[in-house]
Amino acid sequence: MNGSWNYILRRLLYLIPVLLGVCLLIFVLFNLVAPDPAALLLGKHATPEQILEVRQNLGLTKPLYEQYFDVVKSAFTFDFGRSWKTKQSITTMIRLRAIPSLTVSLPAFVFSTILSILFALLVAYYRGKGIDLFVRVSCIAMMSISSLAYILFFQWFFAYKMEWFEILGYEPGFPSVLPFISLPIIIWVILSLGPDIRFYRTVILDEIYQDYVRTAKAKGLSDRKVLLKHVLRNAMIPILTYTVIQLPFLLLGALLLESFFSIPGLGDMTIEALNESDFPVLKAMAILSAVAYVTFTLIQDILYTWVDPRVKLN
Amino acid sequence: MLLSVKDLCVDFSTQDGTMRAVNNVSFNIEEGKTVGLVGESGSGKSVTSLAIMGLIPDPPGKISQGEILYKEQDLVKFSDAEMRAIRGNDISMVFQEPMTSLNPVFTVGDQLSEVLMLHKNMSRKEAWEKSIELLNKVGIPNPKHSVGKYPHEMSGGQKQRVVIAMAIACEPRLLIADEPTTALDVTIQKQVLDLMLELQDQYQMGLLFITHDLGVIGDIADEVVVMYKSNVVEHNTTSKIFYQPQHPYTKSLLACRPSSDHNPKRLLTVSDFMDAQGNPLTPETSKMEKVEKDFGYDEEKNPVILEVNDLNLHFPIKAGLFRRTVDYTKAVNGVSFKLRKGKTLGLVGESGCGKTTLGRTILRLLDPTSGEIIYRGKNIADLPKYQLKALRSKMQIIFQDPYSSLNPRMTVAEIIMEPMILNNIKNSKKERFEHAQWLMKKVGLEPEQLSRYPHEFSGGQRQRISIARALAVDPEFIICDESVSALDVSVQAQVLNLLLDLQDEFGLTYIFISHDLSVINFIADEVAVMRQGEIVEMNTASMVYHQPEQEYTRTLLEAIPRGVPKDE
Repeated sequence: MNGSWNYILRRLLYLIPVLLGVCLLIFVLFNLVAPDPAALLLGKHATPEQILEVRQNLGLTKPLYEQYFDVVKSAFTFDFGRSWKTKQSITTMIRLRAIPSLTVSLPAFVFSTILSILFALLVAYYRGKGIDLFVRVSCIAMMSISSLAYILFFQWFFAYKMEWFEILGYEPGFPSVLPFISLPIIIWVILSLGPDIRFYRTVILDEIYQDYVRTAKAKGLSDRKVLLKHVLRNAMIPILTYTVIQLPFLLLGALLLESFFSIPGLGDMTIEALNESDFPVLKAMAILSAVAYVTFTLIQDILYTWVDPRVKLN
Repeated sequence: MLLSVKDLCVDFSTQDGTMRAVNNVSFNIEEGKTVGLVGESGSGKSVTSLAIMGLIPDPPGKISQGEILYKEQDLVKFSDAEMRAIRGNDISMVFQEPMTSLNPVFTVGDQLSEVLMLHKNMSRKEAWEKSIELLNKVGIPNPKHSVGKYPHEMSGGQKQRVVIAMAIACEPRLLIADEPTTALDVTIQKQVLDLMLELQDQYQMGLLFITHDLGVIGDIADEVVVMYKSNVVEHNTTSKIFYQPQHPYTKSLLACRPSSDHNPKRLLTVSDFMDAQGNPLTPETSKMEKVEKDFGYDEEKNPVILEVNDLNLHFPIKAGLFRRTVDYTKAVNGVSFKLRKGKTLGLVGESGCGKTTLGRTILRLLDPTSGEIIYRGKNIADLPKYQLKALRSKMQIIFQDPYSSLNPRMTVAEIIMEPMILNNIKNSKKERFEHAQWLMKKVGLEPEQLSRYPHEFSGGQRQRISIARALAVDPEFIICDESVSALDVSVQAQVLNLLLDLQDEFGLTYIFISHDLSVINFIADEVAVMRQGEIVEMNTASMVYHQPEQEYTRTLLEAIPRGVPKDE
């Protein structure tokens, strides 16, 4: 147990150089390579005096090392300053915007994962039979249609024609939020099913031909029990790798879906910030994704020890 | 009669049409008796056992004819549910690979309890208690503690004991053991065999013992069924099979196994006893000539080419937040020896004794902690990596597993020609290809097969390809790391003969690593016994076998299956 804590502590220490590197990359991108934000903000007709004043206000006249240090400081304190556009505190903005993002992404992720695993188990059980072929072909068909086609068709048919849902927008609170989030969730699930079922099917079939499956059958267990107990438990190892690594992206929201359905989430905020060259917001999102990614990789490693007794944290 | 297999035929449908894997096989097993089912890979022996268990994968497999009568009931006609009630309960099975036949994510106790809860309606708690009892019965130390262990926390021998415990949990009437000891070291093999016999005696089970090696079942089987190419070619009592074999294939199986008592010049193989059509032949006596192996060497012809002095390889054990080294695992500990050109050093010991690590350290595939490796007068122990390249063409290795050591996406030609390209041997593609063709002939394969991929070859053929690959760079020193351990005895004999032929022709020097003392005795001039990273005994092969100095060596020797029937 002591070894595991050491491992976790060591991994947390690794976070420091990773974050410093991410900050350097962000600093290079936004403070060195990107065009002058003052000129962007003021437009074509700005005078040099105005530009200089804005540059001073934005802290862009400071020496470069101080500017890098500011990026580092924001990454470690999670204080990202204020948005150039809205003048709001970015930390507050992120907190407010994260909720709508998660309201869509979390249920969508849970539904799609459960459905895909169920379908994958079904087709693995009937491998080589008609139903297997049907599901596999459907997966490819679903994957071949562009997400834009789904969005436009669903908005037109289910929201505009049938009036089952709202076309776009967002209203917090339950159940008033449901008509707004249902369509994006459904589309998310449909988009994920194709690749997920195919991946889980492969993972399960890899296990089905292992020796321990033959041993389990020789014990007299039914095929269903062998699949649901022995095979699934082993398949959980790659499944966990695949799902946990998606989690940080749930927080960041779906750029396209949020934008099309006007869901005021982090994805929508990022697109707005991109359109308006709101650099502090973009920097904050870049840092946030890096931190989320590194943290969830660590969580993933810890979860491995839970599903796979052969893995030890040291 | 407990089990009676009558005219069993099993067909598999393949792309090239229907293939008969088992053809008209019949035999009986009585309670308390042991029947040995012997044959090489692909002879149909495992398919026969799966048919009895009702585990033939369908499709593509199908029992097309025959009966399997268990207590007068025909299992072939049983439904899935009826068959499940029999499996693991009345008839159970022990498989070959203890490393993979247990589920890695469940504890041993869970896996044992499962079968008891399924067939004996026990509660979880009762089943758990019974599991502890079973582990005790199969000789697992500290069963109360071990029951909560995961398979990876146990050794290969212990895992096979667990598999056996699982098989006997419901006190079956018939136990099928499919190569249960093939993957185990010789000492562990003996313990596992003894355990199975003891349990059989206690429960009066019928035992169907499947193996490629007649030597293993000589002293345990009452009857032997010999299968060859899907057919039973001979079926008789064990002593008749051993002392009056009728079929040439049976004769060749008996002759191809190296023994620790006599040392023939070459091992006899199937092709010495029968031609491709199955007509019997009389083996040439010249091959069976006894050879006396000794220390004899000629300073001119057999100079020392390799000298290892006080070689150590210690792996650090790290712990704590900053990974400080707290201790060392001494994988190779103070090893010294000399090897002369054209001679073979046999390196023998149990799994984990450090023999493979030693071999790889000599080749500098691993970096030694200290000591000298003097090759042709030059210490290569601390040569920098870039200077090793010149050496690589002189020293080669042939690995154990011919199934995983060849790249499945390369043709045989590419596999054999790659080392030539890396070592600038031959000037053009054409010359390299011609050399590859020549090598194929040398290792007994057809040059036309160069364009094929590894999966199109059998295990023995793949090992020949590995040998051709090693020879491609014209080495003078080859390490054979358990190179024949994964092969059937009949194929093993062919590969051993080939290695000796090549040694004679090219003056090769071998280090032959194996856990099988009989193989070492046949091929090696000198034998080093390794234990816990150290060489505990080193002498000529005949001295080690007939006058062992160490207690440990004696234990290893006693564990070799005698390979003769018990009543003689």
